[in-house]
Amino acid sequence: MAAPAGGWTTGTIIELDHPTDRLVRLRLHVEDRVDHLPGQHYVVRLRAPDGYTAQRSYSVGSDPDDPLLELMVECLPGGEVSGFLHDVAEVGDVLELRGPIGGWFVWEGDVPAVCVAGGSGVVPIVAMTRYARRLGLQDKLKVVVVARTWEDLPYAAELERYGAFIALTRENHGDRVAAPPYPSEVESYVAGAERAYVCGSVGFASYATRLLEDVGLASDTIRVEQFGETS
Amino acid sequence: MPTTRGFFGKRRPDRPDRLPPGQYDTGSGWPTLTAEATPNLDVEKWSMSVDGLVAQPQSWSWRELHALPGSTYFGDIHCVTTWSKFDTTFTGVSVDTLLEAAGPLPEAKFVMAHSTTGYTTNLPLDDLTGGKAWVVWEFDGKPLAKGHGGPVRLLVPHLYFWKSAKWITRLELMDRDRPGFWEQNGYHDRGDPWLEQRYQGDP
Repeated sequence: MAAPAGGWTTGTIIELDHPTDRLVRLRLHVEDRVDHLPGQHYVVRLRAPDGYTAQRSYSVGSDPDDPLLELMVECLPGGEVSGFLHDVAEVGDVLELRGPIGGWFVWEGDVPAVCVAGGSGVVPIVAMTRYARRLGLQDKLKVVVVARTWEDLPYAAELERYGAFIALTRENHGDRVAAPPYPSEVESYVAGAERAYVCGSVGFASYATRLLEDVGLASDTIRVEQFGETS
Repeated sequence: MPTTRGFFGKRRPDRPDRLPPGQYDTGSGWPTLTAEATPNLDVEKWSMSVDGLVAQPQSWSWRELHALPGSTYFGDIHCVTTWSKFDTTFTGVSVDTLLEAAGPLPEAKFVMAHSTTGYTTNLPLDDLTGGKAWVVWEFDGKPLAKGHGGPVRLLVPHLYFWKSAKWITRLELMDRDRPGFWEQNGYHDRGDPWLEQRYQGDP
């Protein structure tokens, strides 16, 4: 089945806040919106007066049922688009958008799955958990998230309420000492999963893939969405 | 489309004629994007084949492929995720060399590139001929890194880089176009960066 796909449209920023110093959360009203599937993304395009454009892809964090489209954007050093969204954009601004896009990294509640996400890679996973909660499918979607600190983890409190296993690598969390997730910690989350969704930076994605393979998941069940640069 | 309030853009390329629309120069970086787990490919067990609508299906081992006349690409690459990388050097063998050995039949018009992982991508045959495509194993004079498709990948630098299948193992010649992996998932069947053919339906 083909996933929904939308062409170029515009979105108006209805809500904008900064959950942390490095994150900006945008909630947009999208003209003629095509509802997404959890895990899909949108392209945001900025246009300068001389016609120069810059565009980047961002995963959708909202449930398809949400009347607004939610993007959670991490401000990257020197980031041309993320820096604009972080520092300049405000409520009422209109942005060029294209989406939804992507039909691979989506979960429709059809198969039991485990998600392993790092840092801002949790955004598409949050869309999946919101969808699962609304449809009562929490048993079919287990979540493991990894971040340096609580502050570095978008949607940290919401993910904890969902029942995600949270591994912080730079600070203690409750009685858990700072450390990457151990195979023994994630085994119960992986048990029964027929598909895995890995999302995060390049280094994180290869780490998470190995972790899943170590606890017995077949590599052809793992779907990866990764971002960022290596040099 | 109207301009975005307050946006002026930070970077302008030194040579704007070199950067396709909507792309930025990634400089010395080389992002990696992969939809699947990165495989550990054993070159002793790997082979490169050309089959489908050809006069003589062909298969080359790692050593046999290296014994063919070498060919180097020097130039730019463009990824649909909007980065472009200038002045790359890849070395391997021209796809022309492989196709000449196999002899495409007149009805062959399209090619499905297959990776060891099961990844596929479809291309018009014309985009793989005439010195436009390579099977490569070296980047900047060093063995191609695993994350970038090493030990061996397809290179079709005039199209978006998802067409340059990592861990290539087979070129299947076809009379009709059939969507590959990303193409089934909403990406364009041809993927010309200068025409911004990113997604299905782009003109």
